[in-house]
Amino acid sequence: MTWETVIGLETHVELATRTKIFCSCTTEFGGAPNTHCCPVCTGMPGTLPVLNEKVLEFAVKAGLALDGEITHHCKFDRKNYFYPDLPKAYQVSQLYLPIVRNGKVPIRTQSGTEKIIRIHELHMEEDAGKLVHDPWLDQTRCDYNRCGVPLIEIVTEPDFRTAEEVIAYLEKLRSTLQYLGVSDCKMQEGSLRCDVNLSVRPAGSAQLGTRTEMKNLNSFKAIARAIAYESRRQVELIEEGKRVVQETRRWDDNKDATFAMRSKENAQDYRYFPEPDIPPLEITQEYLDHIRKELPEMAEHKLIRYQAEFGLPLYDAQMLTGQKALADFFEACAALGSDPKQVSNWIMGPLMGQLSAKGLEAKDMALSPATLARLISLVKAGQLNRNTAVKVFEAVFDQDGDVDTYISAHGLAQVNDPDALAAAVEKVFSANPQSIEDFRSGKEKAFGFLVGQVMRELRGKANPQAVNQAIRDKLNS
Amino acid sequence: MKITEEMVDYISVLSRLKPEPEEKAQLATELERIVSYMDVLNRLDTAGVEPLSHVFPIKNVMRPDLPCPSLPREGLLKNAPSEDPEAFLVPKAVE
Repeated sequence: MTWETVIGLETHVELATRTKIFCSCTTEFGGAPNTHCCPVCTGMPGTLPVLNEKVLEFAVKAGLALDGEITHHCKFDRKNYFYPDLPKAYQVSQLYLPIVRNGKVPIRTQSGTEKIIRIHELHMEEDAGKLVHDPWLDQTRCDYNRCGVPLIEIVTEPDFRTAEEVIAYLEKLRSTLQYLGVSDCKMQEGSLRCDVNLSVRPAGSAQLGTRTEMKNLNSFKAIARAIAYESRRQVELIEEGKRVVQETRRWDDNKDATFAMRSKENAQDYRYFPEPDIPPLEITQEYLDHIRKELPEMAEHKLIRYQAEFGLPLYDAQMLTGQKALADFFEACAALGSDPKQVSNWIMGPLMGQLSAKGLEAKDMALSPATLARLISLVKAGQLNRNTAVKVFEAVFDQDGDVDTYISAHGLAQVNDPDALAAAVEKVFSANPQSIEDFRSGKEKAFGFLVGQVMRELRGKANPQAVNQAIRDKLNS
Repeated sequence: MKITEEMVDYISVLSRLKPEPEEKAQLATELERIVSYMDVLNRLDTAGVEPLSHVFPIKNVMRPDLPCPSLPREGLLKNAPSEDPEAFLVPKAVE
């Protein structure tokens, strides 16, 4: 029998606000345990939470960008559960009237499948604290720095059929949220976390199978592997005549397998009720219009514009718009007058090479657009050859060093002196009569050797085109 | 509304409470009495009345996104049932 995998996602995204959702403690990552806490976020009796206006703004921005409907009368609810990561014994979340419903995310997979992923809802809630279980004592240490950090949870319909579609969606979602500036979406720091709901069914069946929920997926790679593992596990169970149990399973990246955490059949009853401490929200059309005006240009729009306005090939436009930081960098260089295709080549080549070599994210690099623009203009003016320019680029990349200072300090300016070039050619020709003989008898390779020798003679600083021309002229004379 | 001993068991699991077997019948009776009080409200005709999620006629109460100093940790941890110099301590709870 052929089986079909059906997947829905619940993605938690930490919002890039300065303060927590219901109190004025900082959301900064890192920080010694329990130093970003106050009576509100540690659930002391008698405290009153007050909503951070930026949380609403970011959630609405995300909702509009995901093409969702904004709930005009909106409120918070209490989700009750006893676990020490939440000192109040409940999480303030939204069940009955989530801020956003019915969104749509168009995706395109690497193999070219295009489809729309439906967003069931997007709601606001608070993050929980971090627990460290003592391996020796019967004790758990609680750090509440993350407790109360604002999250949006984005829930899709079960519209995915493959891991490839899931990854395409997450990449799209991450890029969208980064463009909006509502989250940095760093999986390694937990600011983007994804739970995967997965079931299998005979291909063609309209009925959904029993699903499991997988947690602890900390990278796109882990998500893809967990989906492959869990689909296989469920198919094997059914083919052996057993049944899939609805439960939460934990992905173990080291063991490459999922393990049951808790059974849903056993009391997952959150006893939701309206949060009495937070007055309801009324979202006016005026507010929505205001937020809509503040939405930045999104990746899809830039993709079209880069091809039309800058004449870039589709591939370049896709690479540059994939990350907001790269798109911003590109536009800044173009605004400084650099040739757009040259800028694109530099970004996709040496710049991305440096980022991956240094393990840096584009938005964290020191290099300024002005530095690259200067390099490009020096190459264009024939004052620096391309290979030397790449070396200069690598040297100034880390600290955004001054290009001209570096070039003069290292004597790298291109030699455009025709007499020096002629002298070098002369010297190389008289030292390599065999190569000239070889070239004349048809060995094109010998030409390259001669170019290399002349370049070496001029310490790599010559203009390659001028060297080529000078050697051709000399051979033909 | 009839509260059975099974319902008492279920609510006990949710509340992480472990009543003694002999207490269950009494708890059921007491809970039933408490819940029956809600019947007073059920006597009202609420057809056509908008559900209310908050008792005061206020909305959109928000604050600007400006950080303020947190509570010094030493003071914060004074409220802990048990603590070490950095953290709240609780009995080991592994989900």
